[in-house]
Order: sequence, then C-alpha cells, then structure tokens
Amino acid sequence: MKIAVLSGKGGTGKTLVSVNLAAVAQKSTYIDCDVEEPNGHLFFKPIDVQEEEVSVKIPQVDNERCNGCRKCVDFCKFNALAYIKDKLIIFEEICHSCGGCIMLCPEKALTEKEKGIGKMQRGISDEVTVYTGILDTGEASGISIIKKLLVNNKSKGDEQTFIDCPPGSACIVMESIKDADYCVLVAEPTLFGVHNLNMVYELVKLFNKPFGVVLNKCVDGENPAEKFCLEKNIKILKRLPFDNELGMLNSNAEIAARKTKKYYAIFSSLLETVKREVQYETTTNS
Amino acid sequence: MKIAIPVDEKDMGTNVCVSFGRTPYFLIYDTESKESVFLDNSAVASSGGAGIKAAQIIVDSNIEALLTPRCGQNAANVLKAANIKMYKTTTLSVKDSIDAFIAETLSLLDDIHEGFHGQVGN
Ligand code: SF4
Ligand code: SF4
Repeated sequence: MKIAVLSGKGGTGKTLVSVNLAAVAQKSTYIDCDVEEPNGHLFFKPIDVQEEEVSVKIPQVDNERCNGCRKCVDFCKFNALAYIKDKLIIFEEICHSCGGCIMLCPEKALTEKEKGIGKMQRGISDEVTVYTGILDTGEASGISIIKKLLVNNKSKGDEQTFIDCPPGSACIVMESIKDADYCVLVAEPTLFGVHNLNMVYELVKLFNKPFGVVLNKCVDGENPAEKFCLEKNIKILKRLPFDNELGMLNSNAEIAARKTKKYYAIFSSLLETVKREVQYETTTNS
Repeated sequence: MKIAIPVDEKDMGTNVCVSFGRTPYFLIYDTESKESVFLDNSAVASSGGAGIKAAQIIVDSNIEALLTPRCGQNAANVLKAANIKMYKTTTLSVKDSIDAFIAETLSLLDDIHEGFHGQVGN
C-alpha cells in the first residue's frame, strides 16, 4: 500500500502528516520526495544511513567534430545549448537529460557524460525505513532522484509506504504520486489554503487517484477548506487541531505520535481511516 | 555600432521591456546609420532557458552592445562569450536610452560596484 501525502505549498503540514502516519504504521517505509527541501529525516533522525550518489547523463561536445550546423541548438526545447563564436556552449544545469541532441547530431560530436545532481540516503528509525532524496542546489530537476527513490522501493510489495511529495503540482509531484494507491491532501483553513488545495485536487483528479483531505490547524469557526470539501463532495479524513503542544513538538522536529499517547491515537485513527478507504477503493474498482 | 534593446512594441515610441529573455521584440539600432529594425523574440514562448535563446538571437544579429534593465546569469554568460557588452537602462524610454548610450552615461550591467557609473567601455 502506497500513500502519497501532498499539499499545494510548503509549510501546510505535509511532513507532519506523513512522518506521523509512518510512525504509527510501525513497520513501514517513509520516502521524502521533497528533494529540494527534504526535512522528514530531521524528525526521524535515522541511523545506519547509507548514501548513494545520483547522476544524470548530459551531453559533452567534441569541438573538432562539431561543424556548427546548430541542429542540436534548435532541437533543445530547454535552451540548454547555444552556439557562440564557433563553439557550442552547454548549460549543464538547464539540461534535462533527454538525450535528444546526442542522438540527432549528424557529426556524432556529442557524447554522454555523467554528472552528479544529488544523492539518496537510506536509514532506519525504529521500524521505519527512511529514504531521503537530496537535490544539489541549482540543479534543474530532481525527477531522476525521485525515480530512483521510488524504484528502489518497488520490490517491497505489501509493506506500507508513505511518500512525502514535493509541494505544489508540477511534474515533479506527478512523478511522486504515479504509483500511489491513495493520496492524502493536507489543507490549511484559510482562503489561500483553499487555493492551494484546489491545485492538488485538480492534479489527483487528473491522475484518477482516490484521495481524501486532512484539514490541518483547525480552530473553531469558519473553515474555508472544509467548506470547499463539502461543496466538492471530498472525503474529509481527519481534522487536526491547532494546538500549542502539536506545534511545539513539530517545530522541535519531534514525531508527535512517538511522544504522546494523544497524538498516537489521533494518527492511528487517521491511518485506519486511510486503510479503510484504500480497501474500499480496491474492492469497488476491481 | 549596432545595439539591441528589448522592447514592448514594434514602434520607436515604445518602452524598454523589463524582461530580457521574455521580451516580445528586440529593437536593433545602428548608431551610425540610425537605422532601426525590430526582431521577434522567438524565446518568449520557451518553457525554460528563455534568456539563453534570446541571447543567441542577439549574438546572431551581430550586435555589439545590449541595453537592458536586467539580464539573467545564463544569458549574461552567452553574451560575454560573444563579447557583447551589456549596459543598464535607467529609463523606460527607448529614445532616452539610446541617447544615454551615445552620450556614454550608461553603466555596464555586470558592474556591481557603485563607483563606476559613467565609465563606459574600456
Ligand atoms: S548538431 Fe552536432 S555538429 Fe551540429 S552544432 Fe550540434 S554538436 Fe555541432
Ligand atoms: S540532452 Fe536534451 S535537454 Fe540536454 S542539451 Fe541535449 S537536447 Fe537539451
């Protein structure tokens, strides 16, 4: 069972929900796909950390062979190539490693070279296996790191996996939720929160993923995000209260469910709800 | 000398465009013959790297100087590799910008020091 946790922007409570779900699931896997700003490991403080470099293939030019036809420059839709003063210039950080230019160069002047863009870490925190992807700053795309994180995990079959997605709804998020069985959307109770929720709502609908919403930072009174869910007939999985204790634990990078019985109970019941939803989805859709 | 300026419209009365990479047009102006030509910026629709593509267009037009309010690092690298000088415009008026360039009162864009205003060329 793979559960993806997403939100329209950072700081909404995405990591809070995913680390606590993984913690109460006991034997589980947590994958931090927020490769630009991974912070799940700060909560889990994993031990026995193993690290692996992640690299991509980018073109390098042999200027002796290049005749300046510019076919590669015109082809690259990311504009990672320019031809200046009889020389091809390659902007490595902009290259998306599509390999197109290498294939089409009529002079075979372009060849592949490996370039490191970040790393992947794996460690253990109690019974949770913690995967973290880290993209080097300035790199164009962390998609290859996410792919690697998720592929690594494929073999594990039945175990519960929680995917902490990057914020937003860009292609990097799509990559993260592709294999998920269920999506948990985290929303804040403000108008801006509704705007962010709507972004990820559109995304999971597009991917035809079953999903539900966790309303975070709930206080008494009007909750625009809740209203949005009721209007759109979206399942509300849980209302997390806005309280100081949770806020404190979270800002001290503590996993609330491991610290107090109260939060253990809250997140266990959320996990049960999610499990029921996933089962329900698989029975109705098969 | 041929200079380029990112502009909003194909008209000498137009404004300097605030974005170099995503400007709709470039005005190519010849300071000797006083001829002006407007070029479409095909980089405007790019999903990424617009600055690099726009810089390539400038390089391909045999420009010697670019007058622009700002310019990204990648585009600047392309322009530098082609020995094209970048000057910082200080007004939205295209005409005033050209006049200021001719009067040598524009500062180099890559010059982050405050003390070099007015020092044009080398
Ligand atoms: S396609 Fe090949 S030969 Fe043509 S400019 Fe690119 S590298 Fe040079
Ligand atoms: S590999 Fe693809 S993205 Fe990279 S420079 Fe070549 S064409 Fe552009």
